[in-house]
Amino acid sequence: MIRILKNFSRRILRSIFRRREKLKIGFYGPPNAGKTSLANRICKDWTGEEIGPVSNVPHETRKVQTKEEVKIEYKGKSLTFKIVDTPGIATKIDYEDFLKYGLKKSEAKRRAKEATKGIIEAIQWLDDVDAVIVVLDATQNPYSQVNITIIGNLVARKIPVLVVANKIDLKKASVKKVQNAFPEYEVVGISAKTGENMDEFYESLFSLAKKT
Amino acid sequence: MKRGKRLGKIKGLSLHLIPFSEIAELSIAQRVRKILSLVLGNKIVILQGRLRAEEEARLIEDTMAMVEHVKNFKGIELAVIEPNLSNASFFVKMKHRIARSLVGDNSALTVVGPASVIKEIKKDPRKLELMIR
Repeated sequence: MIRILKNFSRRILRSIFRRREKLKIGFYGPPNAGKTSLANRICKDWTGEEIGPVSNVPHETRKVQTKEEVKIEYKGKSLTFKIVDTPGIATKIDYEDFLKYGLKKSEAKRRAKEATKGIIEAIQWLDDVDAVIVVLDATQNPYSQVNITIIGNLVARKIPVLVVANKIDLKKASVKKVQNAFPEYEVVGISAKTGENMDEFYESLFSLAKKT
Repeated sequence: MKRGKRLGKIKGLSLHLIPFSEIAELSIAQRVRKILSLVLGNKIVILQGRLRAEEEARLIEDTMAMVEHVKNFKGIELAVIEPNLSNASFFVKMKHRIARSLVGDNSALTVVGPASVIKEIKKDPRKLELMIR
C-alpha cells in the first residue's frame, strides 16, 4: 500500500513540476515469452544495438537490463524511451528443469539462484516504470496466474498496459485466446523474431505513451 | 525461516482450508507468512477469497527468497478461480459488488501449493485442474 501511494504521489508531482522527456517502458511477462527478443528488435531498429542475449533456455535474462535514449519515430511523431527489459516472472524455479537443456548441474544451480533474484528484482522495478508492455507467448495458455498477477499489479499501481501476443509466426499461436483472456486491454499480435506486425505494435506503443 | 532448513517428506496429500475470516484482519506480511508456512509444510492451501494484487506479488517475492534459502523448496503453484460474472445480469453484478465491499472478496477460491507436490495447475475460465506429482 505504501509503495502504491509513493508511486502515485511521485507520478502526480512529476506531471506537475516537469515535462517528462523520456518514458520508462518496462517489458514484463513469464519466462520465454520473448521480452528480450522484442526489446532487441526495438533497440536494433532505432539504436542499432541489442539490449541482451536470447536463448531457448528459460530465464536467460536474470537481471534487469536497460537501454537509455531509444528514440522512436513513427508517422511523423517522435518519442524517446528508456527500455527496461526484466527477467521472466515465475512462481517456481527448479534447477533440474535446466538440465533438460544440456546445462551442467553446477551451471543449472547457478542459473536457478540468479533467476530467483531476477524475479524479485523484476517485481521491485514495477514501482519505477511509467508504462508496461506485457509480453505473452501466444502459443501458450494465457490464463496463468502469473499473467493475471502481473496485470493485476499494474492496474493496482495505475500503470498503463499494452499486452503483446508474441510468436504469431508459429502455427499454434492464437492472438484471439489472449484477447479473450484479457478483454479489457489492447492486445497486439506480433512476431519479435520475424518482425511481423511491428507497425501495429508501434502504433499501439504511441497510444500507450499518451496514457502515461 | 532459518537458512538451510529442510522440507519434510511427503506422507500424503494434505489440504488446508483457510476461511476468509481467518485472514481478514491480517497485514500483507502476515497473510503471506501464514500461507508460506503452510506450503513449506507440504500442505496445499485453499483460501476462501483472493489475495490483492500486491499481496500476490509479495507472495511471489517471498517465495523466491525462500527458494534460495530453504533446501528442496522449488516454489509454489498458485491459481485463483472466481465466479464468471461476464454474462451475469446487472443486478447480480451489483449484488456481488456490494457483498465484496461489505465483507471483502470471498467469492473466489485461491489455491496455493508447493511446486514439489503440485506439478501444474491447469486453468481456464471455467475450471481448475491440479496435476499432482
